[in-house]
Order: sequence, then structure tokens, then C-alpha cells
Amino acid sequence: MPITESDIEKIAQLAHLEITEDERQMFAPQIAEIVAYVEQLNEADTSAIEPALGGLTPEGGQTESTREDKVQPSLGQKLALEQAPDAASGHFRVPKVLG
Amino acid sequence: MKSIGGITDSIRRGETTARAGVAAALDAAEKLNEQLNAFLEIDRQGALQRADQIDALDQADKAGLPLAGAAIAIKDNICVRGMQTSCGSRILGPYHAPYNATVIERLLAAGVIILGKTNCDEFAMGSSNENSAFGAVRNPWDTSRVPGGSSGGSAAAVAAGIVPVALGSDTGGSVRQPASLCGVIGLKPTYGRVSRYGLVAFGSSLDQIGVFACQAGDVAAILQSIAGRDEHDATSADVAVPDYAAELSKEVKGLRLGVSRALLGEGLSDEVRGAIEKAIAAYRELGVDIVDLELPHAKYAIAVYYVIATAEASSNLARYDGVRYGFRAEEAPALRDMYRRTRDEGFGAEVKRRVMLGTYVLSAGYYDAYYLKAQKVRMLIRQDFASAFARCDAILTPTAPTPAFLFGEKVNDPLAMYLNDIYTVTANLAGIPGISVPCGLSSEGLPIGLQLLGPNWSEALLLRLAHAYQQQNPLGARPRIHA
Repeated sequence: MPITESDIEKIAQLAHLEITEDERQMFAPQIAEIVAYVEQLNEADTSAIEPALGGLTPEGGQTESTREDKVQPSLGQKLALEQAPDAASGHFRVPKVLG
Repeated sequence: MKSIGGITDSIRRGETTARAGVAAALDAAEKLNEQLNAFLEIDRQGALQRADQIDALDQADKAGLPLAGAAIAIKDNICVRGMQTSCGSRILGPYHAPYNATVIERLLAAGVIILGKTNCDEFAMGSSNENSAFGAVRNPWDTSRVPGGSSGGSAAAVAAGIVPVALGSDTGGSVRQPASLCGVIGLKPTYGRVSRYGLVAFGSSLDQIGVFACQAGDVAAILQSIAGRDEHDATSADVAVPDYAAELSKEVKGLRLGVSRALLGEGLSDEVRGAIEKAIAAYRELGVDIVDLELPHAKYAIAVYYVIATAEASSNLARYDGVRYGFRAEEAPALRDMYRRTRDEGFGAEVKRRVMLGTYVLSAGYYDAYYLKAQKVRMLIRQDFASAFARCDAILTPTAPTPAFLFGEKVNDPLAMYLNDIYTVTANLAGIPGISVPCGLSSEGLPIGLQLLGPNWSEALLLRLAHAYQQQNPLGARPRIHA
């Protein structure tokens, strides 16, 4: 499947990335080459195979994907806000959301 | 360099102090960093303070700390309270971790002294260290060459004799490949052996914290402290942690080592092939049986890896948006522009490339074709190993296809760079442990590594095989740049 520069622009938008014209020109053939390489997976017959999701149990099986929902101590508001680029009145302040 | 056991013993016996050892390590780190760029932060004050605390303990308390006074370097994607965690990226800006990773809590409880944070490829994405936003680490054997990646700073710090041990992380080979290129041991434990809590996430189903050292015994000592279940990481496994030191010197005679001839073919440099053939002969000398086997789906490993790792990365790196911590681009008129500019200015080219690739393979209409397909082929790779380990105890392969390459050699060809990981990614995909052990030097004097892969939870066996090999076949050389 060919990947065009306009595909790259669309992917960048989905990924919240602003990319330059130069980057678009560089990424399009590189990503196309990697995707073409990945297409070789179609050779492998996986019709009767389950996907390998989850962690490993002691026996090598798949771990549970849920756990008990317990309230635990956490960082707390002060520490959580300490490293914010723009904290105000106990919140994270951001530029306006609606243009 | 003394082993950790040697260091702690002489501190306990009062022959030396933790302060003396750490001061020497700090001096070496500061001096050699000009040439190596291995450290992004050296914590002189904190390390000396901690050394004094250890020296002030009474004899009984010192004896209770298995790693008392051992200096360690930590890859800059593992959180240490009060120190920077940059992940080799600009996007984390002035971020300093407000908490310790579980491995750090456990190591501190065992008496280690953290010397500093080591340089790495941005968000652990790379095989050469050229993707660090703070300049590449240089290989202590030859500074015109790469140290490997992504944990290149940790590998170089150990190779140069600054610290006896260091922690890295391994998502597709990021501990084993730099260990190979720098001539040290690098262990990636089984997925779930070591808690990932406090390790900045890249590919969550692949990531595992690993250990660098010159001696198998030192790897064993560190693993002993960090292994085991942790409530903070749901994927950490509740599997008994064996006594790694006790297992280390058990005999290897009669063990079966699998070798896949197909993996020694195309793409492997002649010098590495020669070194691996010699290592196979050396294991035969030790009484190990060599078994021929095949891993039919290993050829798909890179393709599977670059779908799964990028998909998981695109999701994990979505959190870097300039809101809660780290860097924020200035003067964006609206929220969405702020996100995009922050990520544009904060991320380097390789991270953007992988985030975009991951976004693409997860996007509407492509999920089944790429991500789900890759997860199924991943299962085939797991099954290959399960069948292989029915016939042998461990598998021997090269760690990397070539010795350390030159800066700039592969930087403009992402796919060629990815193919560096051809021998290492299978272990992350299968979840099994792997270790790289130095097995000789190339004609240019560059280290070559062999890789041993074992079944789940077989770290003790891998360390034993590594130890037995090193006892008989020490590298017998050290890098040009050395403390």
C-alpha cells in the first residue's frame, strides 16, 4: 500500500504532531518502506492462532487483564501540580479549548 | 574493577569506606564524561551524603545490607526521587521524579549508592544512541563508534570501569545490544521478573528493566535485589526468586545448548560468525551438548516488533502534551495547537517516526491487518521457543550482527538500523530472558557478544552459563577509555 505525503499529514494530525514540509517528505518514503517490510507477515498462516496479549503467568500463560478496584494513596494535589508548566488555583491551566 | 561482593566485604571489614569508593567513581564519571557523554546527571552531593550514611552504620547494620556501598548508574528513563528523568528527550523539560521506581526502592534498601543518570536514545528508541536529544554516548573502545542503544550510557559507564553495575531497560534489545557493543554482560530478565513501576513506558508488553556488569556474579547480586512481585505492576509475576549466587557456580556439564544454523547465515558479519563458532566450541569444551534446532518464525520478528512496539509507543507517548509536566511550547492560541507544537518541538525525528507508524497501524481499518496480525505471529514466535526448549536448556545466538558501527553509518536508513535488533527482539516478543556475554574482539579490537536465551524464569541458568563461559574465556582486554 503506497503511503503518500497527504497520508502522513493525516497520521500526524491523529498523533497530535505538527510536522514540517521537510519532515513530511522524509517520513513518507521511510514509513512506506517499513510498512512494505511489515507486509511480509501476511505470508504466515495465523488462521488458528490466538493473539499474544497480556503478561506472563508463572506457567507462561496470559495474566488477568483486570484487578480489584481499590482506593490507594497517591501523589496528592501539591506534588502532582509541582511540575506543571502552568498551574493555577490547584489546577492545570491550558490555552482555550474552543477556537 | 572489584566485584560488588569485593566492595561490600572491604567496606564491612573497614579496609575502605563507602565514601572513598564513591568519590573515586564520581571523579572517574566527571572526567570520562567529557569523552563519553555517558551521564546526563552526576549526583556528587547526594552520592557522597549517602556514602557517609552507610559508613556511619554499625557493623551489624552494614552486614544486613547485601549491596552496601556499591555504586550504580541508572538509565535516565527510570525514576529516582529528586533526580532528573529526561528519557533522553527535550519534552520532559526540567522534570524531576517525585517518586522512586520499585527497583530503586529495593536497591536503596539493599545499600547501593546511585551515582547518576545515564544517557540513552530518546524514550529508549534506538540502537546507536544517536537519538538522544543530549548528544550520543561514545563507545569507550573507540569513540568514533556507537555504544549501541538504547541503554548506551549505562553500557559505556560499566565498560569504562566507572561503576561495577548499571540498570538499563530492554524493549527490543536495548540492554543486550549495547552490552555486546561495549564488551560487558547485559541481562534482560523474563517479562514480569522485575517490576516496571517507575520505568517510563515505551512498549508496555515488551519493556523490562535489565542489568549491566562485567561479571555474572554482579548481575546476580543486583537481580537478587530487584526481582519479584510488586503490587504496583500488575504484570510483575508472583514467581519465587531463586538464590542466584548459589546457582551461579553449579556445573554446566550435560546441559543442552540449541543453535539455529539459519540464524548464522545472511546478514551476519564474518567476524561475529567466527566468534560465535568459537564460543560454541568453548561450550563443547565445558561439556555442554550442542543441539541443532530451528525457529521457523524468527524471520518475522523485526516486522512483528515494529508493529507492536510502535503501536504501544504511540499510545504511551500520548501523555506528553505539555499539560501536567515537562516542556510546553509557548504562545499557542488554542489547546490543540499547544499539543501539536509541544510535541513537534519536544520530540526528535525517530520518536515522531515511531509514533506515526504506531498511529497508522492502530488507525481505523488497519488494526486487524497490522496490530492483530502481528500479535498472532508473535504467538507463533512464542510457540517456536516452547518447542525449542523441549529439546534444549538454552539457545545460543549472536547478540548483534556486527561489532560497533561508526556514527552516522545507519542514521538515515531506519530499516537498516532496525535490523540491528534481529537477534534480540524475539526474546521481548516471547517474554523470555536473554543475556549478552562478551565472546572476543574483532580484528579492529572491538568487542563481540554472544546471546543466550532461556525459558521463562530461567535467569539463574543463563547466569550460570555466562559465568562458566567467562571463567574459561575472559575477554582479557579493556577499552581505551577506562577509569
